[in-house]
Amino acid sequence: MKIKDIIKLLDGELLTKNTDLETDISCAFGSDLISDTLMCVKEPTLLLTGLTNPQIIRLSDMIDLLGVIFVRGKVPSQEIIDMAVERDLPLVMTKFTLYKSSGILYNKGLRACNI
Amino acid sequence: MAEYWYVRPEKEEAVNFFFNSGRKPDYTQKFEINEKDFIHTGRATAEMKLLLKRLGVEATVLRRFAIIGYEAEINITAHSRGGEMICNVYPDLVHVVFEDKGPGMKDIEQSMTPGFSTADQEIRELGFGAGLGLPNIKKNTDMMHITSAENSNTVLEIIVFFKENE
Repeated sequence: MKIKDIIKLLDGELLTKNTDLETDISCAFGSDLISDTLMCVKEPTLLLTGLTNPQIIRLSDMIDLLGVIFVRGKVPSQEIIDMAVERDLPLVMTKFTLYKSSGILYNKGLRACNI
Repeated sequence: MAEYWYVRPEKEEAVNFFFNSGRKPDYTQKFEINEKDFIHTGRATAEMKLLLKRLGVEATVLRRFAIIGYEAEINITAHSRGGEMICNVYPDLVHVVFEDKGPGMKDIEQSMTPGFSTADQEIRELGFGAGLGLPNIKKNTDMMHITSAENSNTVLEIIVFFKENE
């Protein structure tokens, strides 16, 4: 599954122009806790979260994030979007909840990342 | 002063050798970490991770180092009056000392329990305070040593070897 497919499935909006939407994404993780997300060290993953502070982008300096989906209609600040563009990290906003977004992607075959 | 030691069993010999050898690092870098600065916390670790990457350290080791450093930086930012991170790079390992200005931990063993946290609401709203900081450090490190006491400073020392299976 690619980010562009995920945007369609979640009726999402791409927040970072010119980031790569063709990367293959094989797994995902959903959490609003930074330390939980730091458990994903075994493979590159997509992250679904309701957190919109700069530490979400900092996370991508530590572990391999392939993209971030902000759920519940949350939009991060322009500063955060700029930080993501610098790192070529796609950011997507969806109005769906974390549960609904995860369910839709899981049903389409996007598995949970190994922790 | 209470103390906590952990050494990954297969690295016991290497850790003992390190402490007994009196070796000098090839490179040392010190970073200030400020209290409640949730914008910049993690930057020192990101910078060190990049440096280690340039030295040819493999990706899995880099990730483990990053998680340890990031969790420790967050701990200083969230729970202390600020402190510093001193990174000593050797040809085969990185040794890091995180030292804060207090107020110290009441009970180190309790802080090692997954899910235990003293974080306040403000910290939790930012996504921290899951009570996984020290457990995540332990999971990824080859050695950790903590000294702390109430109304005192906390020192966390860690070692990560660049080769995982030697």
